[in-house]
Amino acid sequence: MSKHAYPAWAGRPTLGVRIAKGIALAVIVSLVLFPMWAVVATSLADPQEIINNGGWVIWPERLSVQAYSEILDGGIVTRALLVSAGITTAGTALSLVCTIGLAYALSRPRLYGGKPILLLVLFTFLFPPGMVPLFLVVSELGLFDQYAALVLPFLINVFNLVVMRGFFQSIPEELLEAARLDGAGEFAMLRRIVLPLSKAVVAVVGLFYAVAYWNRFFEAIIYFNDQTKWPIGTVLRQYVTGGAALAEGEAGASSPQSVQMAVVVLATLPIVCVYPFLQRYFAKGVLTGALKA
Amino acid sequence: MVTTRVRETRSTPRGPVTAPPARAGRWQRLRADRILLLLLLPGLLYFLVFHYGALFGNVLAFQDYVPFLGVRDSEWVGLAHFERMFTDPLFWSAVTNTVLIAVLQLAFFFPAPLALALLLHSIAGDTLRKFVQSVVYLPHFLSWVIVIALFQHMLGGAGVINGWLADLGVGGISIIGNPDAYKPLVVAQVIWKECGWATIIFLAALSQVDEQMYEAAALDGASWWRRLWHVTLPAIRPVIILLLVLRLGEFLSIGFEQFFLQRQSVGAEAGEVLDTFVYYTGFASGDFGYAAAVGLFKGVIGIALIYTANKVAHRFGEQGVYKS
Repeated sequence: MSKHAYPAWAGRPTLGVRIAKGIALAVIVSLVLFPMWAVVATSLADPQEIINNGGWVIWPERLSVQAYSEILDGGIVTRALLVSAGITTAGTALSLVCTIGLAYALSRPRLYGGKPILLLVLFTFLFPPGMVPLFLVVSELGLFDQYAALVLPFLINVFNLVVMRGFFQSIPEELLEAARLDGAGEFAMLRRIVLPLSKAVVAVVGLFYAVAYWNRFFEAIIYFNDQTKWPIGTVLRQYVTGGAALAEGEAGASSPQSVQMAVVVLATLPIVCVYPFLQRYFAKGVLTGALKA
Repeated sequence: MVTTRVRETRSTPRGPVTAPPARAGRWQRLRADRILLLLLLPGLLYFLVFHYGALFGNVLAFQDYVPFLGVRDSEWVGLAHFERMFTDPLFWSAVTNTVLIAVLQLAFFFPAPLALALLLHSIAGDTLRKFVQSVVYLPHFLSWVIVIALFQHMLGGAGVINGWLADLGVGGISIIGNPDAYKPLVVAQVIWKECGWATIIFLAALSQVDEQMYEAAALDGASWWRRLWHVTLPAIRPVIILLLVLRLGEFLSIGFEQFFLQRQSVGAEAGEVLDTFVYYTGFASGDFGYAAAVGLFKGVIGIALIYTANKVAHRFGEQGVYKS
């Protein structure tokens, strides 16, 4: 904290105030980070140490990757991670294509039927589909036990659509006009002018979709009879919050606690890995700009 | 909603070269826009099938739906499900739990991000502020399964906190799986997960407050509290009211996954909320018609709440979510 950073009118806060703020911030940061640390530490601890300590470890005396090697050995968790990775990749790509298409078309003034379509889309924000009616639609489409059941019902998020459409509208009309004079069609304009200018918003919306697909777990419970198709979130729910034992005798000699925590870590890791990228785009104000709108 | 207004105020000086004259025939306009219409088709289909198709699926609420017979052949029962709802003690227990948790969320979860935003805004060090922001935003991106696993690890019977208490020779605390502690627990969880994220909007609003107002207030000898009360809060009032309206509109939607994951650990009496009631009635007991009726009831109340809250916002001279 440098002295000159305080505005002159506010003056420099007293030492007591600054200490109080420092303590408050330290408490807030540790409330967020400490549980994550405890989980990582437990997942890396020696099984015997966890048992001796009563189920958790904060500072492992000896690091052990036994829990990880066990669950990554081609069993349920490995398969679930692959399923989740596949759903996330395919779903994000499909969501982006559909969102960009709809957002771009609706961002053009004077589109034939643009206004009613926009209202049609925005109205769904007020009345999200209920759980049972949506289930009926998915079952009528014959999507049981199909990975599409985890993607198609969530293809477009209205908030993401509005953010993207707002961004497309902020692109100066003159740029598009010039391309149009050069004989470019709508598709060429989208590809050569609009998308290159919208990299940041496409990236952030794509990351939002990816995180949502990765985190989805409930739908697999109602749509999938075949448990081998479960994504990681559903498996995690079964093992950790549901308290079910690892099937196929996978737990072996390892403490279930370290294995459980290792599953939590593996389910969290991809999110933490993309998080810095999400952060970078917040900094560009893509979202705050849209939220203010 | 908001963006439509922005659109209308924009006008292009010249019409696009290829755009047809305004009075062109329907087919000419369709032809001119065919590529754009093709681009929006997949997205439009999605909304028609999964949102409007599902809206149509609400007919289940008026049927004695049997999956084997399908919508076409299931028996129509009129408003029987709704009549049953009003005399069903389990339904009212779910309503009570939902409202209690929603009130607790409003009292504790709503002001928390504002307090955090004020604290973050008052930090002069840029690096420190960015670091704290990065940390508190993170839980928003974790799934509820992970959040609940973390809470169990910390607060559970064999969790870290209870271990420490045992080391100190103090008796353990029972939080996870304790029906009496359930409501404060779920509110604490939502604060832990979403508080940081919710500060983004407040921070954006705070950065818009006119510096000169603070300067003038400080010159007049206004204390920190008076500046907060007379400058900061009035300046960000529209944002607070907007968020409050949105929150009230979703009053009965306190989230499904969080409650679905923990309902079993505390039992139905303490843990059942409207969304889990729909799930357990429909999917666990197979009573789809009744479950759809409860879901429809919740949706209709939700729209009525948004409408009312918006009316109130207009009465206060604020913009609310939408105009008119």
